[in-house]
Amino acid sequence: MLKKTIFFCLILFNYQIVCAQNAKIIKFDELQNLLDTKSDSIYVINFWATWCAPCVKELPAFENLIVKYSSKKLRIVLVSLDFATQFEKKVLPFLHKKQIKSEVWLLNELDYDTWIGKVDQNWQGNIPFTLIFNNKQKTRLSIDKAVDEKELEKIILPLL
Amino acid sequence: MKKLSFLLIALLINLLVFAQEGYKVGDKGMDFSLKNIDGKMFSLASVKDAKGFIVVFTCNHCPFSKLYEDRIIALNKEFAPKGYSVVAINPNDVKAEPDDSFEKMQERAKEKGFTFPYLVDESQKIAKTYGAARTPHAFILQKQGAELKVVYIGAIDNNSESATAADKKYVEDAIHELLEGKKPTITSTKAVGCSIKWKE
Repeated sequence: MLKKTIFFCLILFNYQIVCAQNAKIIKFDELQNLLDTKSDSIYVINFWATWCAPCVKELPAFENLIVKYSSKKLRIVLVSLDFATQFEKKVLPFLHKKQIKSEVWLLNELDYDTWIGKVDQNWQGNIPFTLIFNNKQKTRLSIDKAVDEKELEKIILPLL
Repeated sequence: MKKLSFLLIALLINLLVFAQEGYKVGDKGMDFSLKNIDGKMFSLASVKDAKGFIVVFTCNHCPFSKLYEDRIIALNKEFAPKGYSVVAINPNDVKAEPDDSFEKMQERAKEKGFTFPYLVDESQKIAKTYGAARTPHAFILQKQGAELKVVYIGAIDNNSESATAADKKYVEDAIHELLEGKKPTITSTKAVGCSIKWKE
């Protein structure tokens, strides 16, 4: 019976993860709200695009992190800088093919200079770029290069 | 303790990431001697009667660089006769990105009909000195006496997807102002682009 329940839960758990995949197009104010959150959680915001090879390569690191630390107060948002005109044609099929389960927000703001500095004043707009913060704990750091899972874990573990 | 270790990590990362130096507007721009796609060495000093330069760090593989190729060609066509020619520099590590090899640069320049030097910054020293972070990344230099001064750093315009939809043409506007004897109104901008592939 116990075995059966665990099995069922596993199926349900996997199902939920698969179903949790949500991708949407946003404007900068929605991202700004997230950056300003007062929540006592670790936020990992990764800026990427389907056309950026090193970005695509590091996506599994973020995906694995959220599964591994699902019990922790950790939220990961993958902010896609693909063009909004490519959302259905390119981004959604990509997410499906790569089985990306994290939240994906396509930031539809082409006038880059109006918002890049608001994300991080040192960031020049090069991707991949990752912002890690907990506003309640006043912790914040940025990584302006590609990272692998080990590096990412090393950075995030002390914060959890 | 948690907080302290975080601070230490943050500090370390910031040191690693942002330790790279780079130009700010107003700095003196360095000349260089880099290999052009014709196999000859090119330096800014070799351009006679230059009023300045539009130095663009770019490459073959990056989709955002490709989106700006025609715009860079148009900039050179308009401004080279007026004293501001384009100088394109590929700073990427070929090991990390084989599509950015010297041979592929030659191919791409031929395909697109580049009318300006397309140089390879093999040691990545020039990209580091200038503070280029991405492709494309533009620097406008103006000749002031014997020196080259950095007068603009940033994007070419404000719409990567469509040149016609851009309503702020940063580089074009800045050069027009320089030609009128004024200082550029906008001197630095940020834009999305491919990270430069630094050597390990």
